[in-house]
Amino acid sequence: MKYLKIYLKDYKRDSILAPLFKMLEAMFDLLVPVVVAHIINVGIANRDRGDILGCCGILVLMAIVGLCCSFTAQYFAARAAIGSATGLRHMLFAHIQKLGFSEMDTIGSSTLITRMTSDINQVQNGLNLFLRLFLRSPFIVFGAMVMAFTINGKIALIFVVTIPVLSVIIFGLMAVTSPLYKKVQGKLDVITGNARENLSGVRVIRAFGREKQETENFSRANGELVKGQLFVGRISALMNPLTYSVVNIGIIAILWAGSRSVETGVLMSGDIVALVNYMSQILVELVKLANLIVTMSRAMASLGRVEQILDTKTVMEFPEKTTIREENTEEAVRFDHVSLSYAQAGEESLSDISFSVKKGETIGIIGGTGSGKSSLVHLIPRFYDATSGEIFLLGRSVKEWDRETLRQKVGIVMQKVQVFSGTIRSNLLMGNEGAGEEEMWQALRAAQAEEFVRKKSEGLDEPIEQGGRNLSGGQKQRLTIARALVRKPEILILDDSSSALDYATDAALRKALKNLPSNVTVFLVSQRTSSIRHADHILVLDDGKAAGWGTHEELLESCQIYREIYESQYGKGGNAV
Amino acid sequence: MKQKKTFFRVLRRIRPYSFFVILSILCGAVSVAAQLLVPIFCGDAIDYMLGIGRVDFEAVEKLIFSIALVTALSAAAQWVLAACNNRVTFCVSRDLRNEAMNKIQNLPLSYLDAHPSGDLVSRIIADVDTFADGLLMGFTQFFTGILTILGTLGIMLFLNPGITAIVVLLTPLSLFVAGFIAKRTYKYFGKQAKVRGEQTALINEMVEGQKVVQAFGYEEKSMEAFDEVNERLRDVSVKAVFFSSLTNPSTRLVNNIVYAGVGLASAMIAISGGITIGELSIFLSYASQYAKPFNEISGVVTEMQNALACAARIFELVDVPDEMPDKENAAEFQSQGQVSLSYVSFSYDPDKPLIEDLNLEVKPGQRIAIVGPTGCGKTTLINLLMRFYDVRQGSIKIDGTDIRDMTRHSLRQNFGMVLQDTWLKAGTIRENIAYGKPEASIEEVIEAAKAAHAHGFIRRLPEGYDTVISENGGNISQGQKQLLCIARVMLCLPPMLILDEATSNIDTRTEIRIQEAFARMMKGRTSFLVAHRLSTIREADVILVMKDGHILEKGTHESLMARHGFYEKLYNSQFGG
Repeated sequence: MKYLKIYLKDYKRDSILAPLFKMLEAMFDLLVPVVVAHIINVGIANRDRGDILGCCGILVLMAIVGLCCSFTAQYFAARAAIGSATGLRHMLFAHIQKLGFSEMDTIGSSTLITRMTSDINQVQNGLNLFLRLFLRSPFIVFGAMVMAFTINGKIALIFVVTIPVLSVIIFGLMAVTSPLYKKVQGKLDVITGNARENLSGVRVIRAFGREKQETENFSRANGELVKGQLFVGRISALMNPLTYSVVNIGIIAILWAGSRSVETGVLMSGDIVALVNYMSQILVELVKLANLIVTMSRAMASLGRVEQILDTKTVMEFPEKTTIREENTEEAVRFDHVSLSYAQAGEESLSDISFSVKKGETIGIIGGTGSGKSSLVHLIPRFYDATSGEIFLLGRSVKEWDRETLRQKVGIVMQKVQVFSGTIRSNLLMGNEGAGEEEMWQALRAAQAEEFVRKKSEGLDEPIEQGGRNLSGGQKQRLTIARALVRKPEILILDDSSSALDYATDAALRKALKNLPSNVTVFLVSQRTSSIRHADHILVLDDGKAAGWGTHEELLESCQIYREIYESQYGKGGNAV
Repeated sequence: MKQKKTFFRVLRRIRPYSFFVILSILCGAVSVAAQLLVPIFCGDAIDYMLGIGRVDFEAVEKLIFSIALVTALSAAAQWVLAACNNRVTFCVSRDLRNEAMNKIQNLPLSYLDAHPSGDLVSRIIADVDTFADGLLMGFTQFFTGILTILGTLGIMLFLNPGITAIVVLLTPLSLFVAGFIAKRTYKYFGKQAKVRGEQTALINEMVEGQKVVQAFGYEEKSMEAFDEVNERLRDVSVKAVFFSSLTNPSTRLVNNIVYAGVGLASAMIAISGGITIGELSIFLSYASQYAKPFNEISGVVTEMQNALACAARIFELVDVPDEMPDKENAAEFQSQGQVSLSYVSFSYDPDKPLIEDLNLEVKPGQRIAIVGPTGCGKTTLINLLMRFYDVRQGSIKIDGTDIRDMTRHSLRQNFGMVLQDTWLKAGTIRENIAYGKPEASIEEVIEAAKAAHAHGFIRRLPEGYDTVISENGGNISQGQKQLLCIARVMLCLPPMLILDEATSNIDTRTEIRIQEAFARMMKGRTSFLVAHRLSTIREADVILVMKDGHILEKGTHESLMARHGFYEKLYNSQFGG
């Protein structure tokens, strides 16, 4: 609640007025049976047409005032609920932008997206309903009882018994059915998974001729689902008949006790009518209350999930923006006994890596999946902090650089291709807001993207749809390379960035990278030996350990793993080709 | 018109459950009648309490007894009604799901390839769910609603036509008011949905691309963009939520006015002795209830329309024609491994010819390597061989028999297929290996796993062969999945193979194991290989060189190199360095 409160405070007035006005409205609802009783007991009994007319006028007046109260309440509730949810959404988004990479990995982006969207919507709906109903419903339930007491203390005792019995039935049934509904949901998930599996594996299923068995499996799971649905349905179907019966028993009791009171002159028939009315009102409000509780518990769970993210603090601290200068050094990057283990992972992803790279050199990094290639390059722009050891950038520890300067100096093209909706231009400018037309074309040329951009009817202003749907995989990848180049970084990292490019384009790209200004240091991560064989140094990673360091020729001589990789791609005796 | 047709198709699916439908209608009638009787008995009872010493206890007790009886009857009927409705709805949706799944197994692959699986899953799961909700609501409320309206009307007319006229004339006002507000809120909801969609798209993009956002220092800009949408969403949401929340209070106002009107009229008539106090109370309770079924029915109509739209989407899937059935005299057979393609032409899109006049003779035991840049359409050939698609012209023969003259099942049984897309079922490792031969003993399974070099890692898993693989193999590595796919084929070991070599994502050691397993499998078997490795390509008997879906060249390594064509270029760019 603590985060929601921050924003609710801004709507203090709204969130107090909303329930108050709702309560006012409820008060009028409660007064209706009293007025009706008066019509019967006084107006009709005395044949006083004026009195009846007056009473009906009061009824209409109460209805109109009630409407106004209700409108006011709805308005304030909507304002408070939506306003706070909007604030919460802002806060969460700002927080996500501050999360470190390792927190993002642990949480996962799909989770973050649901928190931002459906969870906050749930909170909004819950809050809205809560502000409207949390005073009204209990007020009517107990108000009806109190009104009954004002009519007759003895008969009111019927209410004292009925209300708890109704509550037990409603809330008890809810308590029993809600885990059952969860189970049914689980069964629905099973058949959803089953259906998805059948579609994704359709070729294999047909290849093995297993269509019939798969259909049978599905229909078995489907049968289970229906069994569950019917079972829980039968239990929750008890709700209406049971509450209906209890209320009618209450009415019977009122009639029975009431007839005796009328006989002795304690009550008049109008009072009986009023009591019966109150009994019916209670049921409606208790059902509303039960729904409110369901919505609220959902909203609270959602709020909890949102707060869980807000409570996640990033472990990485950057220094304030400083004016530190780089050391006057030839050294671009140095790893000094660096090890890394990710949060929640047992084993080290990198262990004891040391190497040093001069400005202007090109470094190839190779190794199998999970060997730690991406982890290693992600340490350079400080996406993660090394668990032990230290990384130096331009002579200073990466921890001494402020975030902006550091990311300015290091340009990275990530493995996962990510372009943003907008235009080609807006994507390029993301790297460097001040880039001019010519600079952009230069970057596109080097990234082998010039040709396809020129072919687009709008050139740089060609719109890009969300997720770059209107570009091919290779085009997107080249665009991300250009985006990094526009930034004119001192260190350029390409993390397996030619995977979607064919070999010829890949070769042309490598050639273009050679023509970058001489002080740019390039890290090339790849699984293909052909991509990195001409690098100044090649680092071979195997299971997070440095298995070799040297040039292509040196490594073929000295490093068995490098040779294995090379041969698996070129065949034995590939040297001869 | 279309809706009507869908409606009748839904009715046809309900027909098997007519017994429950009839029972449900009977119970609905009983419960409505009973519910309408209670206020009458109440009113009558009140009429027997005329004042001090003028209470007819005997009559009151009789009526109390009647109320108890009717309540019990109604409660029982309500429960049976709900149970019947549940049964009909859930069984009909189960049948629909089974029908849809059965359909999926028989659809031509061209349909499945052209339709995103997410869409199909949502038809089978979400659409059926919405359909069921609508159907259930329709069953529960439509019929009883109409009965309630008619019953109430009848009784009121019987009691006093004049007052009835007030109720009947005024009540539609509330529907009118509700419709008036709904029309206006609709506009705001539309706007809200649009802005919300915009925001969700932005959230998706920015959260998924958060790492890039941070790497490029783009946080402030994205926050600005987010806040802009967020504020807009708040403004439009407040309006949408506020206006929509006016519906209830407004209709309540109308109902309250009707109530006051009925109160006034009946009180006046009561004075002149036209009706009794008890009848007045009946009128009041009917007046407050009369509008309810109208509101419910209008809700049901929208729900039902929604349900019909969903049903139409399901029927649309069910109506897709099945793939052409096997010929009547289609043969079952065991192949020797001789394959011949003569003048085969094929294309997915008639306007874009892909394969034209392809001829190929494959002797038993030969290896055919298919090479080409990524996306060149290598899978097309697999589609044709497995008869996932049929050739447009020409024929494919196995051992001299046209594959269209054999059953798909036996054709596919003669092929073992290992694709790069390593599909596994949610289930145990053992079930997965024995997928093509479910009756295999554990010894056979282990034997196959050993041959596929998968035994080692399986043994190290916590539950060994009984380890459960989650949906699509989330808990084991890509390479291990591939080994399991190989073991799956190993167990059946058909005379012909279709293998797809992995490009990346597999660490070197596993890669070598896969190569070995492939080699073992291919020994003495006709094999079609999508090849990436020089060694496999060189050892092939025939190399098919593909580009953009076309087969450009065909021959052995030496003959193709001598041709100085595309193959040579491809070869040099890939392996020449």
